[in-house]
Amino acid sequence: MPFGLLKYGLRSEYKPQPVLPKRPELKSSYDVVIIGAGGHGLAAAYYLAKVHGITDVAVLDKGYLAGGNTARNTAIIRSNYLTPEGVAFYDEAMHLWSGLSQEFDFNLQVSNRGHLTLAHSDAALRTMRWRAEVNKHMGVKSELIYPDEIRKLCPQLDLSKNTRWPILGALHHPPGATVRHDAMAWGYAHGASTRGVEIHQHTEVTGFQRDGDRITAVETSRGTVQCGRVLQAVAGSSSRVGDMAGLRLPIRTTPLQACVSIPLMPFLDPIIVSGSLHTYIWQTARGELVMGGAGDPYPGYFTRSTLDFKEGLIAHVLELFPFLGEVRFMRQWAGMTDMTPDFSPIMGRTPLSNYYIDSGWGTWGFKATPVAGKRMAETVATDRVPDILSPFDMQRFLRFDQVGERGAASVGH
Amino acid sequence: MKVMNCPLNGPRNIQEFAYGGEVIPQPAADAGAEPWADWVFMQNNTAGVVREWWLHVTSGYWFIAERDTVRDQILRTYPASEVFRVRMDVTAPEATAWGGESK
Repeated sequence: MPFGLLKYGLRSEYKPQPVLPKRPELKSSYDVVIIGAGGHGLAAAYYLAKVHGITDVAVLDKGYLAGGNTARNTAIIRSNYLTPEGVAFYDEAMHLWSGLSQEFDFNLQVSNRGHLTLAHSDAALRTMRWRAEVNKHMGVKSELIYPDEIRKLCPQLDLSKNTRWPILGALHHPPGATVRHDAMAWGYAHGASTRGVEIHQHTEVTGFQRDGDRITAVETSRGTVQCGRVLQAVAGSSSRVGDMAGLRLPIRTTPLQACVSIPLMPFLDPIIVSGSLHTYIWQTARGELVMGGAGDPYPGYFTRSTLDFKEGLIAHVLELFPFLGEVRFMRQWAGMTDMTPDFSPIMGRTPLSNYYIDSGWGTWGFKATPVAGKRMAETVATDRVPDILSPFDMQRFLRFDQVGERGAASVGH
Repeated sequence: MKVMNCPLNGPRNIQEFAYGGEVIPQPAADAGAEPWADWVFMQNNTAGVVREWWLHVTSGYWFIAERDTVRDQILRTYPASEVFRVRMDVTAPEATAWGGESK
């Protein structure tokens, strides 16, 4: 890459490189149809082409490229989960993240700055200790630290006893990082399309044609395509698409709001999360504070922002950083999260023989993009679910066999 | 959706209420594991008008709301007695020891 960069720098002309070629007409059939051109769908297409040599693939999206939750998350990546199954899964993603900019030859702005999950009660301290020990057992760097060490990592935090819920300790996860989420999507999209995958934006799936337990064709707003295999990877529309395929899912689609402040001088190094206070906050390279909290208290298919969400969120942000009281908001937005009963995803096979699902990503999907894409590509290519995905089988709820990650995945309680 | 009309207390700030899930009849007590797992875990997750349980937390009053989950609008709220009009007599199944066989 350095020589390519040098050559590029010595050019007399810089032609803009489009991320994607012009959208073609839909062919009459594809080996694989991926529904959803978000991070997960694009990543699956990329690994199908790159690793498995499967390039007769169409990725369909009713909207624009990665305009759903991939565009709306708060871009944090980490693997400090609670269950061994969860930790193994998200840590595979962390290993993939670290090489992605190089692989794409495109800067994903992976900013490894460390992640602190604050504990404000004895029960929370116990959970952080539990997570730290499971993490270490699985080879992931995490440690329970106390206010003296927290102060060294983030001196701006209010670590006094003058708060309603004083900070007693924190789970420190040094590998925690942030990524430019759009760049990741473009990297996967470009990598997939240069290998022959077709990406069809503004192409809505309207139904399926079925023969027994096989989907034979996908009906879209731009025509019908025969398909060998189908992968559903639509966050926010999982039940709507799943219904068309006759699937029964344990998903409640719920808005998750987030917001960003005006740019400030850089002061916040690590990513700060508080489960007890339903708050997370980090500062971008442009100085903006990205802030998020719990999902909305009732399900819905909308992305509007509310005042009461911000009142709750900022009350807790000011407990952590009281000096931010005068700072202004710059932007607010929301995504639609597919919440599952155990805060773990739904991945793998469905009762249909050629229809695969990558869903139930709730508030924990962005960080998993590389491993979800890679392992779902493997599942679709080999028609076999790899062991690392088997705990997330869609039938696990009927067996009461949940992978409980509520505390580690989310700040909503 | 900022104000919800509680059938008992009148229009109140939406923050005074808690969502209680879709109104779906429970399976019979002896229906078996699968219908119960379906009732507990599976969701219709309907994009459209849904009939739901809501709780006015401040007064502890449960009622039913019809809400459009796409347009973020509450169409109607009413007491549960509009839907539940028949008295149910529940007989508890016979108690069994742990590890014993159930009927």
